[in-house]
Order: sequence, then C-alpha cells, then structure tokens
Amino acid sequence: MAFFLRVPTMASYSTNEFRSGLKVMIDGDPCAIIENEFVKPGKGQAFNRVKIRNLKTGRVLDKTYKSGESLEAADVVDIDMQYLYNDGEFWHFMLPDTYEQYAADAQAVGDAHLWLKAQDTSEVTLYNGSPIGVTPPNFVELEISDTDPGLKGDTAQGGTKPATLETGAVVKVPLFLEIGELVRVDTRTGEYMSRVKK
Amino acid sequence: MDWRPTATPQTIRSRARLYQKIRAFFATSDCLEVDTPLLSVSTNTDPNIASIVADVRLYLQTSPEFAMKRLLAAGSGSIYQICHAFRAGERGSRHRSEFTLLEWYRVGFDYRQLMDEMERLINSLSDQKNQFLRVSYTDLFKQHLGVDIDSVELIELRNICSQRIPGTDSEQLTFDECLDLLISLLISPLMEGYVFVTDYPLSQASLARVSERNPKFAERFELYYNGLELANGFSELTDASVQRQRFLEDNLQRQKFSLPEYPLDERFLSALAAGLPDCAGVALGLDRLLMVLLELDSIDQVMSFSD
Repeated sequence: MAFFLRVPTMASYSTNEFRSGLKVMIDGDPCAIIENEFVKPGKGQAFNRVKIRNLKTGRVLDKTYKSGESLEAADVVDIDMQYLYNDGEFWHFMLPDTYEQYAADAQAVGDAHLWLKAQDTSEVTLYNGSPIGVTPPNFVELEISDTDPGLKGDTAQGGTKPATLETGAVVKVPLFLEIGELVRVDTRTGEYMSRVKK
Repeated sequence: MDWRPTATPQTIRSRARLYQKIRAFFATSDCLEVDTPLLSVSTNTDPNIASIVADVRLYLQTSPEFAMKRLLAAGSGSIYQICHAFRAGERGSRHRSEFTLLEWYRVGFDYRQLMDEMERLINSLSDQKNQFLRVSYTDLFKQHLGVDIDSVELIELRNICSQRIPGTDSEQLTFDECLDLLISLLISPLMEGYVFVTDYPLSQASLARVSERNPKFAERFELYYNGLELANGFSELTDASVQRQRFLEDNLQRQKFSLPEYPLDERFLSALAAGLPDCAGVALGLDRLLMVLLELDSIDQVMSFSD
C-alpha cells in the first residue's frame, strides 16, 4: 500500500523546506502550512513568517521562525475513503481496497457531516493513524427530504426557498423543486448547483 | 514541461533599457565599468549571509565588494559593476539565491554625497522626478514604535516583538534580531515612497565607517521603496585592523550559531592595509528596482526564468 506509508517519526523540516501544504507539529498539534513568507533585511537575520492551520481544531494562526530552525514532521496523511454509516456517535469510513474501517468522531467530522452520503468518497485526514478531519467531495447529489410545495411552471423566475436535504443540510433551491427530487450541491459554499434527473 | 520565461517580453526589454540607462549615467560621470570574478577562494563572513560553495575551494560571491575594493586600492578611481550575486537559502517573493546587483564606489565621497548621487541616478531611470526622504534608523524606531533603541532594554524589545507580532517566541532573540524582525514586519510596511534609512547602530555597521559626528553610529544607509529594501551603502571602512577585527567577530558569531566559518579574505585585507582611498559605495538590487519601476510584486516576474 504505497499511499499508506508512514512519515518516519524523527523526520523534520527546516525553514527552507517550508511550503504550503506541508504538515508539521507545532506546540504538540499537527498543523498544515497555508502560507510561508521569507523576510530578511539584506544585512540582518532572516525569518519565516508562516500562516498555519491546526488540523485538530481548524484554527488558523501566524508563527514566526528564525530561518534555519526546523519543525518535526507530522504523521498526517489524506486518504480517499468510502463513507459507510453513522452509529449516532461515530461516522464510519472504509478503505475500498482493504475494507479496513475507521471511525471518526464529531470533532473530526465537523461540518462535513452535512454532506456525507453512504457510498460517496470523502478525503479522511489521519493523524498517527486516527481520523482528525474529513473533507467531503466538492459536489454531492442529495435528495430533498422536506421543502414547501413547489410552484408548478415557475421555472424561469429567480425566487428560492429553503430545502432540507436527506443529510440534514439546508440549502436554498428554486421554487419549482419538490420533495423527493435530487439536487447537486457545492459542498465548499453550500450552494445549490442544479437539479439531477433520477 | 513548462520551459517558458517567467518574465514577459516587455519586462525583458525593460531590463535591457534599464542597463542602457545605467551605463549612460555612469559614462557621463567619470565612473569606470569593471568586471570582477564571481568565484573566489574566500567569501563574506557576515553570519547573516550564507555563501554557496561552488567547488572544493571556491565560493560564489555574495557581492563584488572585496574584489572591487582591491581595484580601488590599486588606483582604479570610481568604478561600477552590474553583476550577479549569490546567497544560499534566500528564496521568497522578494528573494532569489541568485540576483542582480549594481554596485558602485565613488572615490572622495561620503555616504551623504552617495545618497545624493543615488537620487540623481534613480530619477534618470524612472519617468518622473521622485521625492526622497531621509530618516535615521533611531528616528524610524521612535516614529513608528515609540522606542528609543539607544536606551531600550533587550527584555522590553522582546516584549514588543511578542505582543505586536503574534506567534513570535522572542525569548531566544538577540537585540539585533529583534530590531531586524521589527523593521521587517512592522516598520517597513509603513514606509511610503523612496526612503533612505541612515546612521545604523554600530552592531549593524557591517563594512561601514564609524560616524565622526556621533561615534555610536555607522555611516551606513539603506534605500527602501514602499517598504521594499533596494540598496545598502556605506562610507567605506578603510582601516585594515578594524576590518580584520570585524571579520574575526563574524567568525566567532558563526561558531556560536554552529555556522561554517569562512576563511578571511587576506588579499582584501592586504589591499586595505596598502591603502583604500576614502570612498563611499552602494549595492542596488536591480531585480527589485525593476519590480518597483514596472510595479510588479514578485521577483520571478522580472527574472527571465524561475530557478
């Protein structure tokens, strides 16, 4: 399983290897570098000013490092997994190749639970082998489970109404859509994209 | 494979025109163009500048300074050079390990006269007449941070770093590192237009002469445009024994920070001992000057290719 190689625990990255996307340990938590800016007065000390996301909490913060310092690599991997079901406490995912299963708690899943539909593939972030984050596909197709009755023939007007989808997400949809219809939604913005023919 | 230039054809032509104008400026003002080797057995000892080792015993030059001063000591008169310079580990939107310098030396000038000439040069290179502000390093810190660097304690400087720059662990920073961080992240972003920062504290004297008016400061200046550092210049230090002392201190610092120690440039020191005429010199980053003149944000946009 080439994609499942663990990062050796002693690995570390020096400031000159910093780039966006790099996963490092900061104050005991796995973090991803979002931005890295090299600053240096011509005759002075060089610094790296970095913006990082704490992968456990999702918080974004700034850090300053003297150039030449290094940070321990975080044992973090992003893997595509199939979503199986929610047992009330955990969301269960499976590696399609090996059937190996992983359970993610509410903190790891976060807002992604609004877009998780059984059989769909999501990206699961593992830290030391345990899920700490879930990124749903950019687009999902979900059934409308509740909305006000549709206005027949009103396909041209721009009006919208709230609709509750099968996952519990509420999105704004055009007035003509009915309960039971399938819609395509952009999970990054929560916006309705189109109606999907069943 | 993306093989195309990172600079547009227009930018490449702008660079050619810039070089023509620079050469025209010096041709009419009695300054000789020279060309010194990029490879040398010795290199810059400054602990904040890392050299690229090009061969078992050769370094790529971090600036043409030592070689040009040997020419001055040999009686060249005022000289200038357009060349590439190399510094290991410097990469960002404003930094490249390989970059382009215009470096020149004026015999008989001090740093103030050289700043006057820089104003004339830059006005001859841009389409408009620019205003240039001059502010001392000390006043800059007073104006923007309310700090008197002459009397402030290290602990107070560290506190300012931690409080004003979130995510900074300032406990390990030295006095000068605090100053470097504050000028880079807090002060320079507030500087507008062309600003000469002058009279640096002695701890940042580099190869500058100590000021005759106030021996606490060095006759050093830097030129910024909208916070982007463009040039660094000095009234040049001509005392060989003081220069040797600064090199030795550099290497002690290098030892302390586990950095490689570099062999002293004995030929340069001998040239100083033989007699460097009183002069002022400055290095101007031409890639960054092009960024300013063409209003571009990234150094890659003004260099023909990415590294």
